[in-house]
Amino acid sequence: MTPQPRTRENKASADRLGRLLNLVPYLLARPGVLVAEAAAVFGITERQLREDLELLWVCGLPGYGPGDLIDMALDGDRVTITYDAGIDRPLRLNPDEALALVVALRMLAETPGTGSRDAVERALAKIENAAGDVADTPVAVRLPADAERVDAIRGAVDRRHALRITYYTPARDETTERVVDPMRMLMVGPRAYLEAWCRRAEGTRLFRVDRIDAFTELDEPSLPPAQAVPHDVSDGVFHPSASLPLVTLRVGRGSRWITEYYPCEEVRRDGDEWIVTMRVTDLGWAQRLLLGLGPDVTVVGPVELVDQIREQAATALDQYTAPPPVTA
Amino acid sequence: MLLAFPLVSRTRTERLVNLVICLLSTRRFLTAAQIAATVPGYEHDPEDPRDHEAFQRKFERDKAELRELGVPLETGLASAFDTEHGYRIAHREYALPDIPLEPDEAAAVGIAARLWQHAGLAAAASSGLAKLRAAGVEVDPQATLGMEPVMTVDPAFGPLTAAARARRAVTFTYRVPEVDEPSTRRLQPWGVVCWQGRWYVVGHDRDRGATRCFRLSRIVGSVRAVGSAGAFSPPENVDLISHVARWSGPVARNGRATVFVRPGRAAGLRRLAMETVPGPEGDRLTIPYSDVEWLASRLVGYGADVRADGPPELREVVIQQLKEVVARHERVVPTMLR
Repeated sequence: MTPQPRTRENKASADRLGRLLNLVPYLLARPGVLVAEAAAVFGITERQLREDLELLWVCGLPGYGPGDLIDMALDGDRVTITYDAGIDRPLRLNPDEALALVVALRMLAETPGTGSRDAVERALAKIENAAGDVADTPVAVRLPADAERVDAIRGAVDRRHALRITYYTPARDETTERVVDPMRMLMVGPRAYLEAWCRRAEGTRLFRVDRIDAFTELDEPSLPPAQAVPHDVSDGVFHPSASLPLVTLRVGRGSRWITEYYPCEEVRRDGDEWIVTMRVTDLGWAQRLLLGLGPDVTVVGPVELVDQIREQAATALDQYTAPPPVTA
Repeated sequence: MLLAFPLVSRTRTERLVNLVICLLSTRRFLTAAQIAATVPGYEHDPEDPRDHEAFQRKFERDKAELRELGVPLETGLASAFDTEHGYRIAHREYALPDIPLEPDEAAAVGIAARLWQHAGLAAAASSGLAKLRAAGVEVDPQATLGMEPVMTVDPAFGPLTAAARARRAVTFTYRVPEVDEPSTRRLQPWGVVCWQGRWYVVGHDRDRGATRCFRLSRIVGSVRAVGSAGAFSPPENVDLISHVARWSGPVARNGRATVFVRPGRAAGLRRLAMETVPGPEGDRLTIPYSDVEWLASRLVGYGADVRADGPPELREVVIQQLKEVVARHERVVPTMLR
């Protein structure tokens, strides 16, 4: 038969049934656990948990006499299951649960710089084993491994020391020295980042590990101030704000890839080409990028940028009127 | 009809818990009639057709809910003399096997479950973790690994992994940036791959008759499963990643470019240099490279701050690219203003 349409009530009832089937073995494994602690683990209020217990109390084996029903000792704030009526284990992992855990563990195992890759791999093997067939997950993960540099920086982060880093900022095309208070390291897509309080900028910054050209671990501790708040990177790292300058490009087929690589405000078809609008952190960065993109990209606006690009290129060309210097 | 939901859902949940306990405790297959006579909540008059039909609907709904939850309902005949199928739940099929996780392994699982945050399989990850906890695993919610990936998946991830698992063909609309119109593709998905932070699906393209990979971010709209499950078999021991990864190791940068750079300029190029010789008007960098076009583009990006001095082929490509940039960015003066 076809599955029932899931109403909100159906969903709530299915969630509750799943929780109850977990609750009995959970309590069974932890005699005398605090009701409040169990409620927190299951993400419900203490009152809801007590209602769950009341419901379980009238469930049991056929016969439904005193010796057949699930039994428990409620001692003030604590609860102990004294009879489980056969629900002594949780249900097996369903395919989605197995997929979620196995893929995330494979991701962790592939991530350079995790402190305990060995533990991750052992855990993965055990979960796969317990999940049986459903762990036969058709998902493979491979992340790039510039593990050496990541490991070195992570060592300093683990020791909770401040760092002096030499950092390259492409937006301004400059390499600067700064002292930072590391907060955490993370991996977003293929890139590793150090998140730290930057004492120079007096703000929380995400530093791309491949742009940290050198670093020194300082003797002083890492002390990010109270206002240092981690970024929300669940949506990616670059969030163009409306205050950044807009540039408009005419893009041919061969360079259409840039619309997948850089966040764009608008991509519009125009004959054989596309008109692409994007926000850039810096016009100088845009110039360096756009000058180098090749014959498939023409900057349309702003006019200052068009002029600047043409003049830069013309000046650069003047350098080539003379033959190259002969070097030893 | 007026339904008081809290009451209804409570009696329903109670009935389902009792049904699970009853079917776990029996070794014989129990028929629907036997279950109705045993489990509270199914009382009805089998002689009354309407009452009996109501019971059957209720029982069907309950079985569907248990199956959706993943409860392995077995059906079979209690004996050779029976004609009606019965039900039971085998404990070994139902129960999560023992998972003896060490504390550091449990911590890793807890971190892994958290990686989904709000993306994709977040709900499945936390219900999976709840089962491990119910099996007695202690998970420290504060544990960290020093380095944590941020998991993001495209919306097509769920339907594609489900189809790959079920070995069902799929169809979807695919948009390649360089191609004008999105096209409809038909694929037997073998599996999904995360390569360099991007998600791909690998499988047999039924229109091209060949192995193809597709980037999940380029799938437009929804993925539809078509045909029956078990419709194909992926090649034995298929290495999914090898179909996506074109990277075969670090690129050998055997070329040596000589580039003149004005003092204090072009920091991004200086990072690439293997040698820097300072001079009065600027510095001479030696930059290793593999692809002359790529390096030329970088140099062109720096405009008049840099000059390619060698080798000659690099010089020529740079000059050519600069000429094209100038030509493309000539200001178009409207004729009427002349």
